[in-house]
Amino acid sequence: MNSRDLILGRVRRALADVPRDDTPYEQAVDRDYLREHGNRSVEETVELLAENLADYRAIVHRCPADELPALLAGILAARGSASVLVPPGLPPEWLSAADTAQVEDRAVSTVYDLDGVDSVVTACALAVAETGTIVLDGGPDQGRRRITLVPDHHICVVRVPDQVVSSVPQAFERLDPARPLTWISGPSATSDIELDRVEGVHGPRTLEVVLVSAADR
Amino acid sequence: MSGTFVGMPAFPKAAHEAVNNQTLRGNLRHATHTIRGKREKAVAELADWAELREAGKRIKDHTLRHLDRYLVQLEESVTAAGGIVHWAADADEANRIVIDLVRMTGESEVVKVKSMATQEIGLNEALEAEGIAAYETDLAELIVQLGKDRPSHILVPAIHRNRGEIRDIFAREMSEWGRPAPEGLTDTPAELAEAARLHLREKFLRAKVGVSGANFMVADTGTLVVVESEGNGRMCLTLPETLISVVGIEKIVPTWRDLEVFLQTLPRSSTAERMNPYTSTWTGTTDGDGPQTFHLVLIDNGRTDTLADEVGRQALRCIRCSACLNVCPVYERAGGHAYGSVYPGPIGAILSPQLRGIASEIDASLPYASSLCGACYEVCPVAIDIPEVLVHLRERVVEGGPVTREGNKVVLKPAKGHAAERAAMRAARWAFSHPGALRTGQRLASRTRRFHPRTLPGPGKAWSATRDLPPVPAEPFRDWWQRTDGGKDTTK
Ligand code: SF4
Repeated sequence: MNSRDLILGRVRRALADVPRDDTPYEQAVDRDYLREHGNRSVEETVELLAENLADYRAIVHRCPADELPALLAGILAARGSASVLVPPGLPPEWLSAADTAQVEDRAVSTVYDLDGVDSVVTACALAVAETGTIVLDGGPDQGRRRITLVPDHHICVVRVPDQVVSSVPQAFERLDPARPLTWISGPSATSDIELDRVEGVHGPRTLEVVLVSAADR
Repeated sequence: MSGTFVGMPAFPKAAHEAVNNQTLRGNLRHATHTIRGKREKAVAELADWAELREAGKRIKDHTLRHLDRYLVQLEESVTAAGGIVHWAADADEANRIVIDLVRMTGESEVVKVKSMATQEIGLNEALEAEGIAAYETDLAELIVQLGKDRPSHILVPAIHRNRGEIRDIFAREMSEWGRPAPEGLTDTPAELAEAARLHLREKFLRAKVGVSGANFMVADTGTLVVVESEGNGRMCLTLPETLISVVGIEKIVPTWRDLEVFLQTLPRSSTAERMNPYTSTWTGTTDGDGPQTFHLVLIDNGRTDTLADEVGRQALRCIRCSACLNVCPVYERAGGHAYGSVYPGPIGAILSPQLRGIASEIDASLPYASSLCGACYEVCPVAIDIPEVLVHLRERVVEGGPVTREGNKVVLKPAKGHAAERAAMRAARWAFSHPGALRTGQRLASRTRRFHPRTLPGPGKAWSATRDLPPVPAEPFRDWWQRTDGGKDTTK
């Protein structure tokens, strides 16, 4: 007998005591937990996102859409980045004011190429206010998973309020499981040495999040 | 489980040694108390914690009841998404599958993200025996691996090491394995982390094969989930060309939506954070992004035997958050190594003897590695009644009875050499069947906390001779039990 059949057979025998006509999945779980925690206005939800991002040591910026290019240029200049990785579908105007050398991520780019780049700029799929999390789904304005991992500095742009949800349950509703997802809450961190928190063991040590609102603000 | 911890002394002896190690106790105490305090705050932020806990419990119970169906569904969805599924009945078979898969790639090294499943089956040792180097990439696991040591905590595996020891290990060992530690390395955590970053980055960038575990597998979509902090998980999951994930068959949830429960309860219970820094989910392979070959190795290795036990099967609900370790007075004193298994603390005390059986002395002693204070049950985000399973397993050890081993029903004989435990059991049973006496005893103990004896009088004496008695909890278990209607109403 192959191991698949062996294991499935063992499972069935192990469950011999369980009544056969069991409750179907839809009724097996009470979902009377909350869809979101607390009653907030849209502005308050965005505010909470900013607070929680900062609480997890992301650097948070806010600006109206028309000031985004200047802000991104400023962040890159302040960091002294000589090169910035750009996913293929990033809106070109975002980096129109930056004089940092732009590096396209291409299929042939090796990890060593990526390792030599100073910063990366991406959009996101959504952000979760209650946990201070940004979620990337590999869309064209976010690129492959590795580009937000190997460089030491990640700038992520969140369109507020459209891309902001309150809670984890609301996030799962909106995300597509078929895409590879990366949930990011603050920069890479470890507490493995005597529980002292240290930022940036393997992932980017600096995470900057730009909350950009519609231009008419 | 394979012979990962062969030669371990039984719990009482190992614990006794650990208790006398001042450094270890100090580190552990600091760690468990810090995490415990933070966790309470993180949990208190969610008004619906009790409902989330109940939902988590029900999702897992439902899955376990229909595990055959969900396993088949998972296999279909992973395959449809471009992955390849393998089944392993025991540790040897799982190791053989992984070795063959690595061989097929022509590579002789792999990078690994911390995985209790691969540690349970002794994968690193098996790979090494075949000439394949396996690099652990989690900072703590690196400390453990370089120190030729064993992890002692689910979440912070190197918590038994202080910064001075870590500096010495890095300075001495890193050059043996790759990029040496920088000259003049000091013991500040930031410098130590930087040394690890440089040392490991060299390996990540050249790695062609990654090996991982998974926190969850979603049956209806075929999605796998890994929850982590450092980014080493992301490195292992996305940079190599081939990814091999080795996962226990109990880690399934039925639907994508179920993750909304566990991604709220796991981080808060575990690291006391609203959300851990990184969570990765992937479904099969994605063109042009991440590994282009994905293997999922599903392991049984004692899990179906555990499933066959009507009382003990609830241990399979465990999501490995480690909250129970941090509240356990016995763990705090004994440390993780005393449990002789990759699963330490209260969960280890009920999981290991079920996965491995109770033939060995250490496994037979594990159900006694507890004061039955009930704190582990109270914090568990999937409401595993650890004390109930402990008592059940003690009965198995002492009295024998029917169990399932490797899929076959066998009848255990009462364990030899457990006269002391038998006596302790008699005492415990007497107390539980005389509720008045137990209540008075505990109340009295609470009031006289300072004068609490180091050893038990009467029949429990032999048992407690090798154990320091833990402090009495602020609220006696019985009172808590009554207040919360047997733990059903955790809002009270
Ligand atoms: S038994 Fe419960 S508390 Fe302990 S590690 Fe498992 S899920 Fe966490």
